[in-house]
Amino acid sequence: MENLKQILADALSAVAASESESALDDVRVHYLGKKGALTTLLKQLGSVSAEDRPKFGQLVNEAKGQVQEKITERKTALAKAALNAKLATETIDVSLSGKGQEVGGLHPVTRTMERIETFFRGIGFDVAEGPEIEDDYHNFEALNIPAHHPARAMQDTFYFNPTTVLRTHTSPVQVRTMETTQPPIRIICPGRVYRCDSDQTHTPMFHQVEGLLIDENISFADLKGILQQFLNVFFEDDLKVRFRPSYFPFTEPSIEVDIMRTNSKGEESWLEVLGCGMVHPKVLEMSGIDSEKYTGFAFGMGVERFAMLRYKVEDLRMFFENDLRFLKQFK
Amino acid sequence: MKVSENWLREWVNPSISSDDLVAQITLAGLEVDEVLPVASAFSGVVVGEIISAEPHPNADKLQVCQVSDGIEAFQVVCGAPNARAGIKIPFAKIGAVLGADFKIKKAKLRQVESFGMLCSASELGLSDDHDGIMELPSSAKVGEDFRAFLGLDDQIIDVDLTPNRSDCLSVAGLAREVGVLNKTDVTPVNVIPAQVVIDDTFSVRVDAADACPRYLGRVVRGVDVSAQTPLWMVEKLRRSGIRSIDPIVDITNFVMLELGQPMHAFDLANLSGSVVVRMATAGEKITLLDGQDIALREDTLLIADEKAPLAIAGVMGGKGSGVNEETKDIFLESAFFTPLALAGKARSYGLHTDSSHRFERGVDATLQERAIERATALVVEIAGGQVGPITHAVNEASLPEAAVVTLRRKKLDQYLAMSIDKDLVTDILTRLGLEMIEVTDEAWLTKAPSHRFDIAIEADLIEEVARIYGYDNLPSSMPQAAVNFTPLSETKAQIQVLRSILVSQGYQEAVTYSFIDPVLSKQFLPEIEPVPLANPISADMGVMRPSLVPGLVRAYLHNQNRQQSRVRLFETGRRFIGSVDALDKLDQQQQISGLIAGSRDAEAWYHNSEKVDFYDLKAHVEALFALNDGGKPSYEPSNCVFLHPGRSADIFVEGKFVGVMGELHPQLSKELGINQPLYVFDIALSAVLQASLPEYKAVSKFPEVRRDLALLVDRAVAVSELEKVILSSAGDALKSVLVFDVYQGQGIDETKKSVALGLTWQHPSHTLSDEEVNNSVEQTVAALFDQLGAVVRG
Repeated sequence: MENLKQILADALSAVAASESESALDDVRVHYLGKKGALTTLLKQLGSVSAEDRPKFGQLVNEAKGQVQEKITERKTALAKAALNAKLATETIDVSLSGKGQEVGGLHPVTRTMERIETFFRGIGFDVAEGPEIEDDYHNFEALNIPAHHPARAMQDTFYFNPTTVLRTHTSPVQVRTMETTQPPIRIICPGRVYRCDSDQTHTPMFHQVEGLLIDENISFADLKGILQQFLNVFFEDDLKVRFRPSYFPFTEPSIEVDIMRTNSKGEESWLEVLGCGMVHPKVLEMSGIDSEKYTGFAFGMGVERFAMLRYKVEDLRMFFENDLRFLKQFK
Repeated sequence: MKVSENWLREWVNPSISSDDLVAQITLAGLEVDEVLPVASAFSGVVVGEIISAEPHPNADKLQVCQVSDGIEAFQVVCGAPNARAGIKIPFAKIGAVLGADFKIKKAKLRQVESFGMLCSASELGLSDDHDGIMELPSSAKVGEDFRAFLGLDDQIIDVDLTPNRSDCLSVAGLAREVGVLNKTDVTPVNVIPAQVVIDDTFSVRVDAADACPRYLGRVVRGVDVSAQTPLWMVEKLRRSGIRSIDPIVDITNFVMLELGQPMHAFDLANLSGSVVVRMATAGEKITLLDGQDIALREDTLLIADEKAPLAIAGVMGGKGSGVNEETKDIFLESAFFTPLALAGKARSYGLHTDSSHRFERGVDATLQERAIERATALVVEIAGGQVGPITHAVNEASLPEAAVVTLRRKKLDQYLAMSIDKDLVTDILTRLGLEMIEVTDEAWLTKAPSHRFDIAIEADLIEEVARIYGYDNLPSSMPQAAVNFTPLSETKAQIQVLRSILVSQGYQEAVTYSFIDPVLSKQFLPEIEPVPLANPISADMGVMRPSLVPGLVRAYLHNQNRQQSRVRLFETGRRFIGSVDALDKLDQQQQISGLIAGSRDAEAWYHNSEKVDFYDLKAHVEALFALNDGGKPSYEPSNCVFLHPGRSADIFVEGKFVGVMGELHPQLSKELGINQPLYVFDIALSAVLQASLPEYKAVSKFPEVRRDLALLVDRAVAVSELEKVILSSAGDALKSVLVFDVYQGQGIDETKKSVALGLTWQHPSHTLSDEEVNNSVEQTVAALFDQLGAVVRG
């Protein structure tokens, strides 16, 4: 019995002292192998008294089990340590950049246009598009801008011939929609527009988003409501907004919308951001919509102006230089 | 229109501050552009009188003056050539402040002491005139503070009027508007008709009565054109931005500003026969007041005499017929020309005058007599003369008719989503000058005043009521209309998705001009005649782009010149091909185009300097088509003239040409100064927006089998040809073909290339046997040999 205790103690300390899988194997063979110390003890079972035999057998088997368990435990621990040691040698610098493409970015004008579109799509407006080289009728005549109107002046409009122009606004798309659709109409018309003007604050091409809502009982109040909401949503701010009478041939009443801006010195000033109004009855009638039954409003905004305000761009011309150092600022 | 606030307040003087007045005008739709001081913020300047002026002992160009301020005399050294004894001048005394840092102190000029300064108009911020010191009328009271003397505690209000509000292009008009806004009465100038003392008239014949429904003329004899225009008038003109010329011209300008009626004065001695208002004959010549010689068109309305044109009606007078230093007798003109007759005419000759600006927008057709009487009275007062009777030439039928417009209560309430009190509506319209023909609970039947050309329909009256009531006072709500949703298409991709695909490949979106240089257009597409603009902003923006590629290449060059060598740009937009003569046939197709150049990845620590090539671009193009699982594009060698003939492809979808891609032609690249290969694509947007609706197919449970084939084939045979043959000959169970190696060069025949392909089979309902697969392979190899001469490499 004393012998068993001693062997077990020796075996357990040998397991604990083993530093490799092969050393553990040696320990296993030495104690549990065919000729191992514990196996040998079992073989001596015959020499034990019949009375003690079952008890002795049980103790030896328990000892074997205990050694086997410790060997397995030790083996797992050694494997884990070995793996840890190996992984430690594989350490890399995680601060280095990833491989492959950098992500590019959208043009700030597109980005702004998508922001505007998102708001209006959300309240049920569809997006409509149309040609950029337009006939005189759709760009002017159908919008109540007769031939003698100052807006028809050569210096504002790009002409191809006396009756063909580059559209000066996206309103012709509204006309084309009214010609083919009966109310209710809810559309926005984003796109490129052109004016024959080029200086610090004008580029001969720029972008507009115009909108049109026609239905029964549409009022001035609806126009104010939607545009106030839009401006708050776009600028993520509870803006001070002012609605001011103005004049456009295709709306009556006509309105310009100003927002209050605060400069770096804390000075407040009004800034015009939108033109809008109730659609002129003549414009409805010319496109085949009953102006007694339906009313509607239209609005238009310059995308570059919104982009400049939103992203604090100071020079309008940057939008069309396509300088990567500018474009990459818009990720 | 610029007007002095004090002048406006002579007509209507509500008890509100200047700032409130300006805000009020703006919010009524007459946008105030800016408010300017009428002079610099100087102080300590008085009306002085030069008592004596002696030559300076030590300087040729200086004088030593004794100047009185009414109490005592001061010695002042002055360099102005017009300084002389007896004149009255603005005198800045010691302690006067002329600008932020300019304080007048005692000074010594060439050893002579000077106590103060005699001022020019420019030194006081009154004008740009610095030709000597400012001479004041002899009636000026010596010693009076100069600011008080000229009424300089005033400001200029610059109103940017919309084209519909020509009625406000005068002090009278603005005053009327301010009166309505404040419910304040307006005090118009009291016009007393001049006493007619002579019978002289000059005959007037109107041949173009439709264009000139009313023409009033009057002879005034014996005027003194050398008389001084009174300072109050010079100052009012100056504050409206008009220079004083001579008393007669000043008076016509003054009446225009005051009442809104442009006028003209002719030298009677230069008129022969009678005044004729007629259309010009083509090519007829006139020399204008500004010295320009103009050849007229026949759509131009003229004021002529029996011999020659005198003026372009309502635009500008002629040089030979106007008032000059010799003028003794004048013929005053006060006419109404219709807006339609004058619209665009001034501009068509490169002219724009205060007169044309007003006539084009509309002058009150009832104003002419009042204006000519006002002008006559002023002429007599300032320059004297004997007044003759007015000659009227009127064509009643052509005069504008006052619009009769009904405003319905129902419509007003519906437009504004509120109900404004009946009496308030009536009051607003009445104060605006509308005549109430009948007012009931349901409607206002009104007649528009002759000065309002813009009131014609009910909506115009709604606008007037809303405007005066205040847009900001009207309610605001969200519309209650029912929303109709359109079906969400999944077979038409959103353009946003395509943009995202390119952005994730490192592209920056560009926006280039739709018009390009015609030379550049020809360089890229010599066979396409681009659509030219009639009035381009500059020659290098002269034609509409027939392709987006030239613009992108220009954008690349901009960046190459700024040391950016790795460039990825894309753009979406229209290209223009065809003729504007048939607009419906003009191709204004939307394109998506891109450009890449430089290293594949951005320069980084993992040594990746490899440059992009055709196949990088191909991956991007394929990604654009990835949304469409149905009609995969095919790529054929391209003949596109701006691309490398061996490294370019035409792209087809279901047999239809949709775009090109490839390397920019090296010759073109060289001509443009591009220093590395560029790869571009240009594809019809509609082709890549085509998407397919995914449809589930059962996934086979049975194992896949793969066999690889290494083929030797002529170099000219496209790999896609091999794939086509394989797909048609390897049996229905063939699932996919992939190319895993292409090699040409050492070790194989130089006319051949080696292509390694991996074929994968999988059957939907059973495990394929070796025999089945072997049979498929044999059939495939045979077909490849038969159709393309491809042999399996040993």
